[in-house]
Amino acid sequence: MLHHLSIGELAERLASRQISSVELTRHFLERVERFNPSLNALITVTADEALAGAAAADRRFAAGERGRLLGIPLIHKDIFCTDGVRTSCGSRMLDNFIAPYDATIVARLKSAGAVMLGKANMDEFAMGSSNETSYYGPARNPWDRTKVPGGSSGGSAAASAARLAPYTTGTDTGGSIRQPAALTGITGVKPTYGRVSRYGMIAFASSLDQAGVLARTAADAAAVLAVMAGFDPRDSTSVDVPVPDYPALLDAPLKGLKIGLLREFFDGLESRNAALIQDALKVYMSLGADTVEVSLPHLPMSVPTYYVVAPAECSSNLSRFDGVRYGYRCSQPRDLTDLYERSRGEGFGAEVKRRIMTGTYVLSAGYFDAYYLKAQKVRRLITDDFRAAFAKVDVVVGPATPTPAFPIGAKIDDPVTMYLNDIYTIGANLSGLPGISVPCGFIDALPVGLQLIGPHFSEAKLLSAAHHFQSATTWHTHTPAGYE
Amino acid sequence: MSDWEAVIGLEIHAQLATKSKIFSGSATAYGALPNTQADLVDLAYPGVLPVLNAEALRMAVKFGLAIGARIAPRSIFARKNYFYPDLPKGYQISQYERPVVGKGAISIMLDDGAAKTIGVTRAHLEEDAGKSLHEGLANASGIDLNRAGTPLLEIVSEPDMRSAKEAVAYMKKIHTLVRYLEICDGNMQEGSFRCDANVSVRPRGSAKFGTRAEIKNLNSFRFVEKAIQHEIARQIELIESGGKVVQETRLYDSDKNETRSMRSKEEANDYRYFPDPDLLPVEVDEAFIASVRAGLPELPDEKAARFMRDFGLSAYDAGVLTSSREIGDYFEAVAATLGAREAKLAANWVMGELSSALNRDNLDITGSRVPPAGLAALLARIVDETISGKIAKEVFETMWSEGQSADAIIEAQGLKQITDTRAIEGVIDEVIRANPKQLAEYRGGKDKLFGFFVGQVMKMTGGKANPAQLNELLKAKLAGGTKSSKEPV
Repeated sequence: MLHHLSIGELAERLASRQISSVELTRHFLERVERFNPSLNALITVTADEALAGAAAADRRFAAGERGRLLGIPLIHKDIFCTDGVRTSCGSRMLDNFIAPYDATIVARLKSAGAVMLGKANMDEFAMGSSNETSYYGPARNPWDRTKVPGGSSGGSAAASAARLAPYTTGTDTGGSIRQPAALTGITGVKPTYGRVSRYGMIAFASSLDQAGVLARTAADAAAVLAVMAGFDPRDSTSVDVPVPDYPALLDAPLKGLKIGLLREFFDGLESRNAALIQDALKVYMSLGADTVEVSLPHLPMSVPTYYVVAPAECSSNLSRFDGVRYGYRCSQPRDLTDLYERSRGEGFGAEVKRRIMTGTYVLSAGYFDAYYLKAQKVRRLITDDFRAAFAKVDVVVGPATPTPAFPIGAKIDDPVTMYLNDIYTIGANLSGLPGISVPCGFIDALPVGLQLIGPHFSEAKLLSAAHHFQSATTWHTHTPAGYE
Repeated sequence: MSDWEAVIGLEIHAQLATKSKIFSGSATAYGALPNTQADLVDLAYPGVLPVLNAEALRMAVKFGLAIGARIAPRSIFARKNYFYPDLPKGYQISQYERPVVGKGAISIMLDDGAAKTIGVTRAHLEEDAGKSLHEGLANASGIDLNRAGTPLLEIVSEPDMRSAKEAVAYMKKIHTLVRYLEICDGNMQEGSFRCDANVSVRPRGSAKFGTRAEIKNLNSFRFVEKAIQHEIARQIELIESGGKVVQETRLYDSDKNETRSMRSKEEANDYRYFPDPDLLPVEVDEAFIASVRAGLPELPDEKAARFMRDFGLSAYDAGVLTSSREIGDYFEAVAATLGAREAKLAANWVMGELSSALNRDNLDITGSRVPPAGLAALLARIVDETISGKIAKEVFETMWSEGQSADAIIEAQGLKQITDTRAIEGVIDEVIRANPKQLAEYRGGKDKLFGFFVGQVMKMTGGKANPAQLNELLKAKLAGGTKSSKEPV
C-alpha cells in the first residue's frame, strides 16, 4: 500500500513513473476523507489545490526533473502561513484569516514540488500539550481515539501516525513536535534554533519557536529537513550555516558514539517507561555506543523558567491580534477599548488568555526583575549545563514524555499538570538545541518515545543515531489498528 | 521671575533619510496615498519578522561620531508594549537599556556670543508609528500606516538648558548637524524633525531639580520657544500661588499658545519593555566605526573655525554661513572665485541680499536664482569699481528676476560707474551752480547738506558716480567754493 512506503520509496516510484503524483495525492486525499472525521487531524483540506499541485509535479517529472520531495504530499501545521489558504493557528481569532503569503518553509517545500493536502489541527497558537485548546476541537490519537495525540502539533502527529500523509510539518516551542511524535509512535525532529526560518510561522514565543518535521522514520525526516533548513534573510534569527545533506549522512558510523544519560531525566521516571529507555540504550550499546551518566543540575528548573519566558513573549507577540486589520472582530464595538476587549476576549481561548495574562504580569514594572530577568538567568545556567555535558558526550538521551498518551479531558482543567508533560522537552528549547523523538516501545498498547538531544547544529548526528536505532528495531513500523 | 531658574532637556526625533523603512522594505517617501507604503511587515501580519535596515544603523553611528559619543559595541532592540490602532504590532521596537549612541555633547552659541556645551545623554534607533485620521470620516477613524516603521533617531539631551532660547539654539544646532550628515532632511512641516521638551523650574541657586512636565510633539522652532516659555511661566505661577507641579505629559496648543495636561504619571502606561527576541543584538566593530568615521563630512563647528581662520570672518558670520552645508558651500564658491581678501564682501552679500531674496521667494539656497558664479561675477564688478555697491544691488535684483549676467545688465543699462574725475567734477559744478541757496547754507555751516549734494550728483549720474571719488571731489569743490567766495567777484 502506498501509504506504508517511505519517502525514499515514493520518490523512486514517482521517478520511474510507476505512479503519478496525482494518483498518490488522490490516495492520501481518500485517506484524509475517510479518517479525518474521526481523528479531527486537519482543520482545512485543500483537495483542489493539492490535485493541481500534483498535476504540476507530474509535468515536472515529464520534463525530466527529479527530487526527493517532488510530487509527494504533505500536511502543514496550521501555524504556517499558506498563500490564499486559511491559516487559523487553531484559533477563533484567525478562523477567517486567509494568509496573503507563504511562510518561507512553505515556499521552500512548494518549490521542491511538495503537494499540500491541507492544514493540520493544533493547540490554539501552539499553546498546549494535548491539542485540546484548539478552537476546532481536539485531534484524536489514532492508537486510541479517546486519548490525546499530544500537542501542540497534535494534528500533524495524528495525521502522520494514521498515514494520512507521508510526513507533516510542526513547530516545537517547548516540545510541541517531540511530545506528540512520542505519543503517536512516529519520529519528530526539532532542529537547532535558527536552523529553519521562522518567517511566516505565526509566533508564539519567538526565542523558543522552531519549525520541524514529523515523519515515520529518521530517514524520511532527513529528506524533509534538508529542504526546510537554511538561512533566510527575512528571519534575523536564522543562522547562515551550510545545510548538510542529511540523507547522505544517515549511515555515518555509530561506533564510539558517546551517549550521556541524563540523571535528572531518570529521577522519578515511571518504571515501565524507564525500562523501555534502558532497552533502547542496550540497542545502542550493541551498536557500539558508549554510555556515561551526565548531570544537568539546573534542568529541573526548566518548566518554571519556560512558563515565564514563553508567556512573556507570547503576551507581546499576540498583541497584534486586536480586531483592527484582520482576524476576529467583535460585533458593534462601542469604542476603541470595547473593540480591543471584546475582540480579544471573544477571539482567544482560555489557555491563550491565561498565558497572555501570565506574560503581561511577569513583564510588568516591579515584577520584571523577579520573573523575566531571573528566568533569563536560569535559562543561561541551563544552557551552560548542556554545554558542559556536550564537552563530554555527543548526545544526551532520555524519555520524551513522562507518560504515554493520556485521556482527552484528563488534564485540561489542571494547567500545572498539563505543563509538566513537557518536562523532558523544554530544556532543548530554552537552550536552542536540536532534539529528536523516536518510537522505542509501548506501554498498555500506547507508543513511547526515546529522546535524543545534541549540540547546536548536530541534526545530522541525531538523525543518523536515530536511523541506526530504527535499522536495529521495528517500533517505528507499527501502524495503529484500523489505519493499516 | 528672576528668582526662578528653568531646567530644560529635549528629546529630539529625527527621521532618518533612508530609502526604506527600519525593519521592512517599504518606501519612506512622504505624501503617498494612505497605506500604499505599508507591506505585510508594517501591517504586522501574522508570521512576519523584522530585519534591521543597515543604513539606519550607519546613520545613527554617523551621528554618534559627530557628537563625540561612544558607539556601543553591542546595542539591543526592545519592545515597548501598548495598544493603539496606529501601532499595528501592539508594540514599538525601540532601543531601551542599550542604545547604539552613548554620551556625547555639542556646543551652542548664546546671545552674548559665549559658547555653551550641551550634553547629549544618548541617541537610539526606533520605529515610528502610523497615523490615526479623524477628519472627514463619519463615525469612524482612519488609519494610515505609511509612516509606521519609518526609522527615527531619538536624541536625548541632558537637562543642560536654562531658557527657551537655549533650547531653540540647541535644537537648531542638532538640526544643522543632522542635515550636514545627510541623515535627516530636517523637514519640520512634514514631521521629519520634532521634539518633546522636559521643563521644570527651581529656585535660582538650588542644586535640586523641580518636578518636570513633558511637552509633546513640538514641530517648529517657534513652537518650542513659545511652549517652553509658556510652560516656565505656568510652573512659576503655579508654585508662587501655593500649588505644586505634577509630573505629567502636556500638549502644546499653538492656536491658544498654552500647554494642556494629556496624562499624569499615574495614568502613564506600563510599557513592559523587554528585548525583542526577533532581532539579534546589534554588534558594531571598530572597522565599521572607522569606515563611518572616514565618510564623515566637515562638521559645522570645524567649518566655522576654518572660515574664521581662512577668511577672517567673525564668529557670528561664520556661524550663520555654516548653519547649513549648502550655505557654506555657496559662500565658499563665491569666496573662492573672488579671492579670500574679499571674503567679507562675499559673506555680507550671502547673508544680506541673497538671503533676503531667498526668504522673499521662499527658496532654499540650492534653489537660488543667482548661482554662486553669478554672484561672484557681480561682486567682482564692485571690487574693480565698475559699479558701486548701491548699483550692484539693483543689478542683483535684475539678475534675480531676469536671470542675466551682471556684466550683461551693466552693459545693457549703461550702469558702468563714472570714475573719470573730470566728468564727475563737471556734474558737481553743474549741481553747485543750480543750487546756490543750499551752497550758501552749507558754507554757512550746515554740514548736513553735504548729503544733499551727493544725492543731486548721484541723481544726475544715475547713481553711477564712483562714491569715494565723488566724496573727495565734492568736499574739495564745496570747500574750494568757500575759498573763492571770499574773493572779490
